[in-house]
Amino acid sequence: MKIHSAAVTINRRSLALGALAKVGSVALFFFRIVGQSVPALGRPALVVKQIYNAGARSLVVIMLSGLFVGGVLGILGDDLLQRFGSESALGVVAALGLTKELGPVLTALLFAGRAGTALCSEIGLMKATDQLAAMEMMAVDPIRHVVAPRFLGGLIAMPLLAAIFNCIGIYGAQLVGISMMGIQPGTFWSQTQDAVGIRDVNEGLIKSVVFGAACSLLAVYEGYHAEPTAEGVGLATTRTVVTSAVLVLLLDYILTAFFL
Amino acid sequence: MAQSNRSIEVGTGLFVLLGFASLGFLTTQLPGSGLQLTRTADSYAVVAKFDNIGSLKVGAPVEMSGVRVGSVTAINYDASVYKAAVNMAIDRKYDKIPDDSDAAIQTSGLLGANYIAVGPGGSDTYLKAGSEMTFTQSAIVLENLINKLFSSVASGGNKDSDSGSKDSGSKDSGSKDEGSKDSGKPSGGKSSK
Repeated sequence: MKIHSAAVTINRRSLALGALAKVGSVALFFFRIVGQSVPALGRPALVVKQIYNAGARSLVVIMLSGLFVGGVLGILGDDLLQRFGSESALGVVAALGLTKELGPVLTALLFAGRAGTALCSEIGLMKATDQLAAMEMMAVDPIRHVVAPRFLGGLIAMPLLAAIFNCIGIYGAQLVGISMMGIQPGTFWSQTQDAVGIRDVNEGLIKSVVFGAACSLLAVYEGYHAEPTAEGVGLATTRTVVTSAVLVLLLDYILTAFFL
Repeated sequence: MAQSNRSIEVGTGLFVLLGFASLGFLTTQLPGSGLQLTRTADSYAVVAKFDNIGSLKVGAPVEMSGVRVGSVTAINYDASVYKAAVNMAIDRKYDKIPDDSDAAIQTSGLLGANYIAVGPGGSDTYLKAGSEMTFTQSAIVLENLINKLFSSVASGGNKDSDSGSKDSGSKDSGSKDEGSKDSGKPSGGKSSK
């Protein structure tokens, strides 16, 4: 019994130490990237290509999801508000829910799934095929030329994607509400404009920037530190999505509490 | 690379443009009173003092006949007259509001937000910058209404004009009367018959 409990204690301790070490490693990696970000901006062609990869290529999934989420908000909101006799507040529910919460969070989760995995597997594959090591031997800093542009690309693309998601979501909600549920467009928009303040939009914007940084950071970190095998890259990719999702939701809780 | 540089740049440019257009829509079209209404140059300031402002907030609209003519800019407490002083900014194009108009705090809808409704008076002189509206009506506080209802029900089911006038006159004598009548009688409250 004594030996067994000792083994369990050591296991737990090493697990906790392992987690702590990983958090520290991610933070140190982040500072390295930030240090190399300004030189990376000196080569805008690289950054533009990464914005295209992370942002423009995710557009289809973001727009479709935004439309459906807005439609669901329209249907659900109408059904719930009818019980209180305030169907005219549908626009308020959809707009505030999207700009403050659903827009940034859902976009971040979709971004982690689509662009995060792409970033991670690209860098992981470069590591597995020794391209990163070759760059280092040629005195080309892989952080500056490979990692930092991808991080910046994700960081810039996320708030734009979240804004597009919000707009299409509100459009979807008004499509459902006005065409199918018969709400007056004038009531919808005037109530929405009354209720939404610039502060709500700003909160959503700040959230999307923070989530973009978190998702991009985790993606490039996992890719850079992946096992240089096919299996290792696959595991790193799944770790990206899982860790990004949990981190985004945790940050969402913290930021929502902070803004309140 | 499979795609040429040119198409990547165009694609990115379109994406960024779309993103900023969405941001622009979200920040300018979506919030209502955020970036729109009266800048201080287009309005003149008027003050009105209330006993109770209810849940009136800064930024609430000021309406005449249901049309928005201004907004509330500041709410302070005036310790010299023990009333709340509400500063309003009225749009300059509404410059013919008589200075004996009354300002009442009303609720939009049953549970909506409070706003100030201005009813026109009959004076020949008009409000100008810095003038005060002397006739005001405070917000209706639900608890006071309920208190009144309870006290009128407790002081006898019959709506007696006597007890009514006694109540409005001096509350003390009214309640003392009913109290002495009620003692001993379970169905007390049948006042003078």
